[in-house]
Amino acid sequence: MWRRKPAPRELPQESAAARPSAPPATALTIDALGRKCPIPIIMLADQINTVGLGAVVAVLADDPAAFTDIPAWCRLKSHEHVASYELPQGGWSIHVRRNY
Amino acid sequence: MAYLDAASTEPLHPAAREALLAALDVGWADPARLYGSGRRVRLLLDQARAEVAEILGARADEVSFTSSGTQAVHLGVLGGLAGRKRAGRRLVVSAVEHSSVLHAAGVHERDGGSVETVGVEITGRVSPAAFAAAVAEPGTALACLQTANHEVGTLQPVAEAGEACQAAGVPLFVDAAQSAGRLPIPPGWSILAASAHKWGGPAGVGVLAVRKGVRWRSPYPEDDRESRRVPGFENVPAVVAAAAALRARVAEAAAESARLSALVDRIRHEVPRLVPDVEVIGDPVERLPHLVTFSCLYVEGEALLTELDKAGFAVSSGSSCTASTLRPSHVLEAMGVLTHGNVRVSLPRGVSADDVERFLTVLPDIVRRIRHSLGVH
Repeated sequence: MWRRKPAPRELPQESAAARPSAPPATALTIDALGRKCPIPIIMLADQINTVGLGAVVAVLADDPAAFTDIPAWCRLKSHEHVASYELPQGGWSIHVRRNY
Repeated sequence: MAYLDAASTEPLHPAAREALLAALDVGWADPARLYGSGRRVRLLLDQARAEVAEILGARADEVSFTSSGTQAVHLGVLGGLAGRKRAGRRLVVSAVEHSSVLHAAGVHERDGGSVETVGVEITGRVSPAAFAAAVAEPGTALACLQTANHEVGTLQPVAEAGEACQAAGVPLFVDAAQSAGRLPIPPGWSILAASAHKWGGPAGVGVLAVRKGVRWRSPYPEDDRESRRVPGFENVPAVVAAAAALRARVAEAAAESARLSALVDRIRHEVPRLVPDVEVIGDPVERLPHLVTFSCLYVEGEALLTELDKAGFAVSSGSSCTASTLRPSHVLEAMGVLTHGNVRVSLPRGVSADDVERFLTVLPDIVRRIRHSLGVH
């Protein structure tokens, strides 16, 4: 079965920029490991407004649906999906920038 | 119960039921035998073949009946690859093909072949340029593209892919399961697969068509049935019923497809108006007439199906919690659209406009209640 390539994945316009080997620090980390979609997205929607404009939230998630759904949520809600980084224990750290 | 899952299977067409019952009595003998009863069954089988071939735009001797659409796909893909072994071992598929195509590709990969996957746009459509570039790579044995996507309804640029394949000298396998009987088959295929129960025929009948001159070799042990393309004794009564259903569907298609398409337009337009935070998925225009998919933010797909079932609606979902694999649909993933809270509505022939209106009436409250239970207001 075809599957989207695993993380890290970046937005096309950023793929030219150098990516640090470790995920950069973020303003907030939401631990949604072990939670099934849509819970990680509900947690993100609940908490994104607690960080400043332009700040980045990291969502830790291991439900495969989150890998597609958090970037899709960003597109629908006009926030920015910065990048997704694979976690050593499985799952991803999915970085989202608050746009408004 | 309002049945809105025609893309999984279409209810048996009355013309198929009538043909099936008649053929059960007269179509049981062995069509390979030369005595009278055998010859009569051979005649029934070949008449069905001629009808199906004409509607699908094939020659009768290019068409074989299989025991399912999935078997037709497996034979089409693996037989197409086997026939082109000397040309190369590279298989090109779109990322949103039916799992039967991708599983056949998996067999090819385990056999030492390579599989190149062409991605799709956010509408689910393959870019003709990307597909053309992939088939032009040296060593390409076969390319696969569906006529229309089974989960989101988007039509694929099959005619353009066919031209690119012809220019590259690569045969094109086309999975027409979702569109056969609803839309004309686009030109450009070398090998074609379809499934009778998707157009209102009985289950257990698939169609495999191999264009004259296309190299194809069965991946199965040798068998004399169906021009040596398909093993096993033909289910002639079911084949006769499948042909009757296809003939009836095509005769009704112009009027019924337009009616279903208008109902789909209504769902596409009304769902985002009635339900907040919904993404309607797939191409709004270049699409199947009867199918629409949408995803509701902050809603679990399984809960949505359960509640809709309680309210009397049979629909399907590509969300992971509804799949045996607990993975979201590879189609939704490849498109990069929301995979949770997903609902696929596919309208069967003769569905009433009232059922669609009732669906639009109950959906907003169901979504609201599920969101409320998850603490989303």
